[in-house]
Amino acid sequence: MTDSMLIYKIILCVIVFAVSLGAAAYMTWGERKLAAWLQDRVGPNRAGPLGLLQPIADGIKMIFKEEMIPTHSNRWLFILGPSFFMLCACMTGVVIPWGAGWQSGETLYPMQVTDINIGLLYLLSVVSIGVYGVMIGGWASNNKFALLGALRASSQMISYEVAMGMALIALVMMTGTLSLKEIVAQQDAGFANVVYQPLGFIIFLICAFAETNRAPFDLPECESELVGGYHTEYSSMKLGFYLFAEYINMFISSAIMASLYFGGYNFPFQHELGLDGNVLTAVQTAVFFGKILMFIFLFMWIRWTLPRFRYDQLMNLGWKVLLPLAIANIIITGFVMLFTGKLG
Amino acid sequence: MQLTNRSIQVVKKELTLSERLYFPAILKGMLITLSHLFKRKATIKYPEQDRELAAVYRGQHVLKRDDAGAERCTACGLCAVACPAEAITMESAERKKGEEGLYREEKYAKIYEINMLRCIFCGLCEDACPKEAIFLTDRIVPSSFTRGEEVFGKDILVESMTERVDVSKRQTPEVLSFKNDKKHKHNQTYLDRKN
Amino acid sequence: MLTEYAFWLLSFIAIFSGIATIISKNPVYSVLYLILTFFSIAGHYFLMNAQFLAAVHIIVYAGAIMVLFLYVIMMLNLNQLEIEKRSNILKMLAVASAGLLLVILSGAAHSADALTANPNKVTPAGMVEDLGIALYRHYLLPFELASILFLAAMVGAVYLSKKNLNETQA
Repeated sequence: MTDSMLIYKIILCVIVFAVSLGAAAYMTWGERKLAAWLQDRVGPNRAGPLGLLQPIADGIKMIFKEEMIPTHSNRWLFILGPSFFMLCACMTGVVIPWGAGWQSGETLYPMQVTDINIGLLYLLSVVSIGVYGVMIGGWASNNKFALLGALRASSQMISYEVAMGMALIALVMMTGTLSLKEIVAQQDAGFANVVYQPLGFIIFLICAFAETNRAPFDLPECESELVGGYHTEYSSMKLGFYLFAEYINMFISSAIMASLYFGGYNFPFQHELGLDGNVLTAVQTAVFFGKILMFIFLFMWIRWTLPRFRYDQLMNLGWKVLLPLAIANIIITGFVMLFTGKLG
Repeated sequence: MQLTNRSIQVVKKELTLSERLYFPAILKGMLITLSHLFKRKATIKYPEQDRELAAVYRGQHVLKRDDAGAERCTACGLCAVACPAEAITMESAERKKGEEGLYREEKYAKIYEINMLRCIFCGLCEDACPKEAIFLTDRIVPSSFTRGEEVFGKDILVESMTERVDVSKRQTPEVLSFKNDKKHKHNQTYLDRKN
Repeated sequence: MLTEYAFWLLSFIAIFSGIATIISKNPVYSVLYLILTFFSIAGHYFLMNAQFLAAVHIIVYAGAIMVLFLYVIMMLNLNQLEIEKRSNILKMLAVASAGLLLVILSGAAHSADALTANPNKVTPAGMVEDLGIALYRHYLLPFELASILFLAAMVGAVYLSKKNLNETQA
């Protein structure tokens, strides 16, 4: 790796971090606006035009609020919980291809921080260790409601991870690669993967909702039963980290769904436009962000439409519906591949 | 037993396939919320925009003065008797010589207090008043930090001559006809005298 | 150079947290240290360019098995339970079996040829394709036998839990 490439990668890494943090901040604004609109209200409109400075005001409020660490809590683990959750949320952004790449002279600067050949597995592993942030935080609070919330959150997350991984296996069988860059590039030639994997996409979508703890699967923060869920004892910016990481997770999972099933940065007839390489990359990145926004809208739309599941319904859906469906999807994919002779 | 003819009988029938699939119902719900995205917003942006009040809106009370600037209230106590929330208390005093410009009648209210936390803004005090002294207006009672501040004395209730409070808005034909009712003879006589 | 420093750092973390796993009084700490050990081992896999193994190691061990460990320990609140005194014979047996394990491991380490971290040399066992070929061509039978073993363990666990359920209901 050349020096210029290394510097470029570091800059890109910082940009990805900044973009996902900024996007998450403005998603809080978007969520409140959309919630208001869906309920015939106006939403935040005092801080700046259209309330656009609201996230900054919220951030300042969060930072300056009083910090409470319960006396009988485990101090280090109490701090480790939200930090770890935030870290895991930020880590996923590096394998997503945000665009084809910038051509500068001889070298092509890819718009992806790192293209590890097991990108999908990397995503799954980061998602699976994200549970620890919740569990450690809930246990360290030394509060039974926080602990119950943490147990609920973790059992929900590990249950839906299984179905999620199974849904991805069918996709991997079809594409024959674990690298996100490859998967996106393959969709340039043919249709988007959602055409071939509609069932897999729906399973993945539902699991993404459950993994990000979004409604209708927001049982971990079930106010009506568990006070506040795993973050009952948290205050100030530590609570902010938990809430903020949820939005980052939402942003990243929207990006993942867009690139796995909806062609990533590709859009129809992109090569017929006659655009020059770098201009095309810029347009592609814009299209990719458009797709991400679409998914974020879906996330929020569903949150403000559907009521929460009951806990047994949640577990039934995860284990008795989604998992068998995902396995059936794998088998169907396998048979189709066998009969169409696509088996390598 | 059927209590109303609007009651719906609960039937626990087997769910049909489309109901068990969840998705049709979810889509239906999502379309409903989506339709609300384009509906008119119900919000009134308060400090810039005032909510339109009904003509007969009953808000903060005013103790009227007559055109010469003398207080109309004679501390008869009918308002306090009429008040269902027992929000009004008063203490009367006799008018001294030289105070004719201040008080219209020989007796006046030295202290007149309405507890706004008790008041239910029913307007019975206004109906009971024989002297056209107390009226409810379209002003909203401001909030305060202590309970004591919500007990309004004469300093707040009595109108000042420089900023007179318009009470005519509330006196719609319907309200006037109600006040002209035989039960409210005093109003009749006053209005007769005025005409 | 960088990889060498990373190797030393990861080794230190792995050994430190491994020891801490054993000596911590609080079972939750033990589990957390064990997770840290797994992370550093996954880091070692990465250094040896076995990315697939690293990712699977994290998904399976850190992401699934240890979550369940932590789950059970938190749910039972084990840190309040006293660890009962073990008899001396049991202790001696434990030391003996641990010693045997050490002998086997050191024997295996001795006979293994390459133990150096070399990022330039691609270890074929770490890549997805090679691992797949190894598992499903050369070692298909042991692999399938292992999966049957897991299935048996699973059925056994389900049976045991069902048996308890029937007793409490009766």
